[in-house]
Amino acid sequence: MEQEVILSVKDLNVKFSLRGRVLHAIRDISLELFKGESLAIVGESGSGKTVLTKNFIGLLDKNGWVDSGEILYGGMNLAGFTTEKEWAQIRGKEIAMVMQDPMTSLNPLKTIGWQIEEALRQHQGLAGSAAKKRAVEILTDVGIPEPERRYKQYPHEFSGGMRQRVVIAIAMACNPKILICDEPTTALDVTIQAQILDLIHDLQKKYRLTTIYITHDLGVVANVADRIAVMYAGDIVEVGTCNEVFYSPQHPYTWALLSSLPQLGVKGEELYSIKGTPPNLFNRIRGDAFAPRNPQALRVDFLHRPPYFEVSPTHKARTWLLDPRAPKVEPPEHIKNIRNLRDEKKEDAQR
Amino acid sequence: MMKKYQELLLQVRDLEVTFGTRRKPFVAVKDVSFEIYRGETFGLVGESGSGKTTIGRAIIRINPTSAGRILFKGERINGVIPRELDRRVTQQVQMIFQDPMASLNERAKVDYIVSEGLMNVHKHLGREEREARVSKALSDVGLLPEFAGRFPHEFSGGQRQRIGIARSLIMEPEFIIADEPISALDVSIRAQVLNLLSSLQKQRGLTYLFIAHDLSVMRFITDRIAVIRKGVIVEMAETETLFSHPLHPYTRALLSAIPMPDPISEKQKVLEVYDPSRHDYSVYKPRWEQVEEGHFVMANDRELAEYRERLK
Repeated sequence: MEQEVILSVKDLNVKFSLRGRVLHAIRDISLELFKGESLAIVGESGSGKTVLTKNFIGLLDKNGWVDSGEILYGGMNLAGFTTEKEWAQIRGKEIAMVMQDPMTSLNPLKTIGWQIEEALRQHQGLAGSAAKKRAVEILTDVGIPEPERRYKQYPHEFSGGMRQRVVIAIAMACNPKILICDEPTTALDVTIQAQILDLIHDLQKKYRLTTIYITHDLGVVANVADRIAVMYAGDIVEVGTCNEVFYSPQHPYTWALLSSLPQLGVKGEELYSIKGTPPNLFNRIRGDAFAPRNPQALRVDFLHRPPYFEVSPTHKARTWLLDPRAPKVEPPEHIKNIRNLRDEKKEDAQR
Repeated sequence: MMKKYQELLLQVRDLEVTFGTRRKPFVAVKDVSFEIYRGETFGLVGESGSGKTTIGRAIIRINPTSAGRILFKGERINGVIPRELDRRVTQQVQMIFQDPMASLNERAKVDYIVSEGLMNVHKHLGREEREARVSKALSDVGLLPEFAGRFPHEFSGGQRQRIGIARSLIMEPEFIIADEPISALDVSIRAQVLNLLSSLQKQRGLTYLFIAHDLSVMRFITDRIAVIRKGVIVEMAETETLFSHPLHPYTRALLSAIPMPDPISEKQKVLEVYDPSRHDYSVYKPRWEQVEEGHFVMANDRELAEYRERLK
């Protein structure tokens, strides 16, 4: 199936200057985002997943800059944008972002209605009753009961899940083409988490949105993502369709992430955990960034950075294990059984 | 499982905790009863606002109770108790808090944070002895003793949570209340902290009350689980029993919300949403009833009949 590329990132490098030193946060990332898909970006904190997407809407912190590379969207190179005026055409209208913590991303002094209308005023020039009508519409869209009454309330009168719905409503206010959700459910309960993920999924279908989910929890993305990109130390180490990444992961880091999920743990046995800490991005990284934490690392991993090896047209990974000369290293036993997990669950359900 | 743990360590009987003023009381926890045996890990699961943390805090004497009894090794420890018993409870029952970013004093060094409890209980401890115990506690949780001279902001989330664990271990407790100790951590770090908690349990025979909202973690670490909703325990069973045949609709909803790392089954999943109005309690009041060995549920007669039918 031929898919239309809506946004493409080419050899992007992002650096930060911190206390006189340069931190290389994004290292040569190339990524294509297809229209209407949902892409999940997965990685530990500090892997650069948020930094990468902040580039798409010009919200990089002041001490950071795009060192080289391009971000192409609608015929424009977003990486070359410098003024707020340029960003104003993109931010909100074309690409919108849902932040992690609904407790801190809303203004506690303004009503919910005002905050949704703010986006409408800024971007669509709506005011007065027209703006209100649209705001109430959006609130209904995101599944908030009694929108007319809720419209007049303040953030503290909402529960965590409802607040996250409001944040999504604000992001959706200007009908963006791309919605970036940065850890949309990390601060929420499991039951609420499932509801919010459902909501985003529904909105995506209804408005033909393209969505990017950012999360550290691979378990969460299984039901929402079409494709998954695994990030480590400012680099995408593996990218593939959801089924490919879960059922035939290739990179040792993806193995490690899957293995550490408590859902796969066996009671009474030690849960797999990744040893060591992520590399310091102030230093130049040689070879495969994950090698020092990978007990099965090859010698070449410490010397040369692996290129992408294609597993299928949609699946590629940056690991020397895929080189024809590499020794055969099998993924850990218990993540091979992910497929069987489903059968076990079915039995449980039947009981 | 029942045979393995026999010595009763903690008993909670008809516990009630009320907040607010006398004119406008808010009952956060109502008629909660459970027992915890020595050496086991007891899980308490519920959404935010369900009262699970309140129960933990009531046991450790932070929240005053308004009714009911909490017995630790057979002695009542809620309400007014002798000072000597209070001291003993302080030493033997410890808590690990949720957010390691917020629960450590930013302005104190690790050395002080870890040894603060010790100084309260053993007032006449010499400096050397104290330092030795701090470095022992730090190495027990997998940190270097040199870290004692550093400040909390110099550590990552997982390391901070280890400091939180070290400061409860130094008191040599028998019972630890872990209040969502891993919800604020990355998945990869979660595994480390969970492993640490279970290996400490094996080494020292600790008993845990593990509070969380995430059932997937619970299955891995707990022996028995109680599900709590709006201050009332709705179901309690051994972990595997609860996972293989949950009875109460709320438990089922919680279980269906666990995200599984399996795309095909996840995409077909139908989420069970709990609707409290499905219970018709207008005529027959629900009560706490055992439906099979060790498996309790809150239900009325009609529901109980239905549940028993399902278990056959």
